[in-house]
Amino acid sequence: MNLTPLLAVAAPSANPASNWITLGLFIMFVATTVAGALIAVNTVRIIRSVSGLALACVGLAGLFYFLHSPFLALMEILIYIGAVCVTIIFGVMLAEPDEPAPETHKRPYPVIAPLVAVVIAAGIFGGLAKLALGHKWEAPVAKINDGSVAAIGTSLLSTYSMAFELISLVLLVAILGALVIARGGRTKE
Amino acid sequence: MTLAHLYEQPDVYLVVAAFLLATGIFGLMRRRTLIGMLISGELIFASAGLNFVALSRFVSPDPAAGQIAVLFLMGIAAAEVAIALSIIIAVYRNYRSIVSKELSEMKG
Repeated sequence: MNLTPLLAVAAPSANPASNWITLGLFIMFVATTVAGALIAVNTVRIIRSVSGLALACVGLAGLFYFLHSPFLALMEILIYIGAVCVTIIFGVMLAEPDEPAPETHKRPYPVIAPLVAVVIAAGIFGGLAKLALGHKWEAPVAKINDGSVAAIGTSLLSTYSMAFELISLVLLVAILGALVIARGGRTKE
Repeated sequence: MTLAHLYEQPDVYLVVAAFLLATGIFGLMRRRTLIGMLISGELIFASAGLNFVALSRFVSPDPAAGQIAVLFLMGIAAAEVAIALSIIIAVYRNYRSIVSKELSEMKG
């Protein structure tokens, strides 16, 4: 199975326009991620918020593809959009999740509270971005594998086999626990 | 840092991951329902995953390790969503609401 990225490793000598097309795709994926994250936290209706999360996951899958990990891009779409978002939508259907109308007269600080949240979030973003941009990231001298799907499979079944088994156990316990918790009180009504 | 090879540098991925983390924390502070807070938590998970892959691609000598860490992270996130949603449904059955402000037994 040859899933090596075709776009990200396009030879520079091929076509001078191909580089800019690749860059445009990259910027599109970054914009998708950013827009999806903003939709996910800023809309009032929760179903739009879930759609924003799905949009952000599509963008993230594209970014994973640019990072030479197509397997993770596939998994991101399968697990996040196919499982997590759909499960949250089921939760939306079973509960009544819309944000309540803001009761302006009862809240003590109607202007200050959102401002504080924006300032804290901007501070975190600014600080982390400054750290990331200020550091000189150096490529490793030698790589012990190429990060391909075959290398992932080999490590998953040798070095990380114990963690692999444990994560399946965690998932089993989580499914059983979710069944037990959600079942409680069903017969009462 | 040249513009034409923007996608071959770790900086832009790390900045996007920082943005996702900041939006997730903003959402955790601003959202008033449990499902909204759960979605913000997923954004934080996604930001951690992007950081893992970016650093393992550009800095780590073992590029497969970061991808495997993200696979495990996705498994943990899926388990977290399953448990959290079942708790939310149980809470909704008891309180008829999942607005976090109303979920208090005591005054205050």
